[in-house]
Amino acid sequence: MEIIVCIKHVPETAEADITIDESGKRIEVEDLVFDINEWDDYALEEAVQLKEKLGGSVTAMTVGSEEGDSTLRKCLARGADRAIRLTDKAFEGSDGYATAKILHRAIKELPYDLILTGAQAGDDGYAQVGVTLAELLGVPHATMVKKVEFSGDQARVNRELEGGLEAVIEMKLPALITIQTGINEPRYVSIMGIRKAKSKEIKVLGLKELGLKEDEVGKAGSWMTVERMFVPPVEKEVEILEGTSDEVTTKITDILRAKGLI
Amino acid sequence: MTELFVLAEHRQGEIRDVTFELLTKGKELAKKTSTDLTAIVLGHNAGNHAKRLADHAKRVLVIEDPRLENFNSEAYQMVLSQLISQRKPSLTLMGHTAFGVDLAPSLATELNLPLATDCVDLDFEGETLTVIRQVYGGKVNVKARVRKSEGYIVTIRPATFETEEGTPLGGKIVTIESPLSEDIEYKRFIEYVQPPAGEVDITAADSLIGIGRGIKDADNMPMMEELAATLGGVLVCSRPIVDKEWLPADRQVGTSGKTVKPKLYIAVGISGAFQHLTGMKNSDLIIAINKDPKAPIFRVADYGVVEDLFKIVPSLKSKISEAREAHT
Ligand SMILES: Cc1cc2nc3c(=O)[nH]c(=O)nc-3n(C[C@H](O)[C@H](O)[C@H](O)COP(=O)(O)OP(=O)(O)OC[C@H]3O[C@@H](n4cnc5c(N)ncnc54)[C@H](O)[C@@H]3O)c2cc1C
Ligand SMILES: Nc1ncnc2c1ncn2[C@@H]1O[C@H](COP(=O)(O)O)[C@@H](O)[C@H]1O
Repeated sequence: MEIIVCIKHVPETAEADITIDESGKRIEVEDLVFDINEWDDYALEEAVQLKEKLGGSVTAMTVGSEEGDSTLRKCLARGADRAIRLTDKAFEGSDGYATAKILHRAIKELPYDLILTGAQAGDDGYAQVGVTLAELLGVPHATMVKKVEFSGDQARVNRELEGGLEAVIEMKLPALITIQTGINEPRYVSIMGIRKAKSKEIKVLGLKELGLKEDEVGKAGSWMTVERMFVPPVEKEVEILEGTSDEVTTKITDILRAKGLI
Repeated sequence: MTELFVLAEHRQGEIRDVTFELLTKGKELAKKTSTDLTAIVLGHNAGNHAKRLADHAKRVLVIEDPRLENFNSEAYQMVLSQLISQRKPSLTLMGHTAFGVDLAPSLATELNLPLATDCVDLDFEGETLTVIRQVYGGKVNVKARVRKSEGYIVTIRPATFETEEGTPLGGKIVTIESPLSEDIEYKRFIEYVQPPAGEVDITAADSLIGIGRGIKDADNMPMMEELAATLGGVLVCSRPIVDKEWLPADRQVGTSGKTVKPKLYIAVGISGAFQHLTGMKNSDLIIAINKDPKAPIFRVADYGVVEDLFKIVPSLKSKISEAREAHT
């Protein structure tokens, strides 16, 4: 089975102090740690497990700057056979639609039975690139998948719906699947893997090689233009309990007692 | 007179709540732009759905076909791309749900209409459509302009707009013949799989301790179990805890887990992604413990503690324990 996995290199923001920069249109990224998008981590693992079971190969692909190489190397170390980075000045500022167009150009030249993406990216969170890519390629898709099985040229997948309900869908290959977290247990990278991955080539393709025009990608080829960023408004005014740990927990206990909760 | 479409979402015979939220917002936008609000429902034996929707829209278009009973994005896309090409609505709204996420991007791409996903607000400013989206796990909002077009597709985050009942609009129900002629062989809906019933019903508990990725390691689970036991509450969690199998799936709070409304919800090491907040923000009393003062969980909490949870939890446990003993 020939599998392509789309990987995004994203900043870790859950625990980081985020500030909006002077332009008001971006966040400061200098001090942030970048890594593989959480959902793509599961997508990569699924691809490698499928290859181990069914044979074939795994290609990891990303759209972004050279900094993405650390994430691609991690994919190689974890079992991807090839890595491709799609990089060009003209790609900068691409939204989900433009990103899908870039991926489409690269993928349509390659052999594939299955394309995996994450259900969403942790930064812009469009939850859009995978399905847009499937439409551009003209292959069926299923989103937020928690289980994949194959028989012949059919994929049988469990899509996760709301409230824990799942829908079983069958699709003919080639197909595109967006992966939901929890589908597997992503493996750790072995020292051996890292060593082997160091010597592997990362293929780089740009605007020309992909046969794209400048106005099809980047800001010009996007549907959305950022006007400004701002801190979201609060839904409730929170009262922050200050003091030492001891004082704070006394306050909490008093609140609970006053409300009859203990 | 142009139209503004709201796509109804239904599953297993029920219209989903998000539909009425979208119709409420749709009504406001339709008024502002002098367009007609049209609800669209694709389904099989959808007559009852259409009647309910007629209270909330000027017009209801019904497309009846057994192939539309259970959602299959390919079938829905075939029907909707025809309908949108013919009637050219100024805007088509749907939920940013398992339904909308599977449908909107391919539909928009086929029709070459701009798409904005997971929006928490939208407005027409003159001719241009602007939207507000949340990024970086809810820490930042973005206001974006959508490229000018004769029509747009927008998916809206569920539980963003409140449904207003208002006076029934008595919309006209129009049935349109299904354009589907044969079965779609390359993508088929097979069946639903219900989640297994859990051993505890977390929706029935008065006090819940919700734990998230901030607890870091499985070794810290006993500490959290003890806190919950001391409080006489039930331990629940955000999604990563279930993904790591530290707790079973029936303990997960959020869109893909359960919606809870306890008297007390203490969130420990949970950032507050919208998928989690949707499941717990209507709790009577919310206390959040998180070392990041900018964590979105503080935007829905009544009380907050900005501190390392490992300093707070043991102390809180002994304080509650003392208080309970003093009480008895
Ligand atoms: C389709 C879909 C459905 C989903 N459904 C759900 C759902 O039902 N429920 C759900 O919860 N999620 C759901 N998610 C996932 C959701 O988007 C988030 O990824 C998830 O809620 C994050 O969990 P978290 O807050 O535990 O982790 P993180 O976002 O990683 O946050 C961890 C928090 O812990 C804090 N922290 C770290 N260390 C400490 C410490 N020592 N002391 C105090 N605080 C600390 C950090 O500051 C941070 O705020 C869904 C996602 C998708 C795409
Ligand atoms: N720049 C990118 N390079 C490669 N894949 C991407 C990129 N952006 C998004 N994707 C893929 O599309 C998925 C969904 O992203 P999004 O639609 O932006 O939420 C991600 O999980 C990735 O698999």
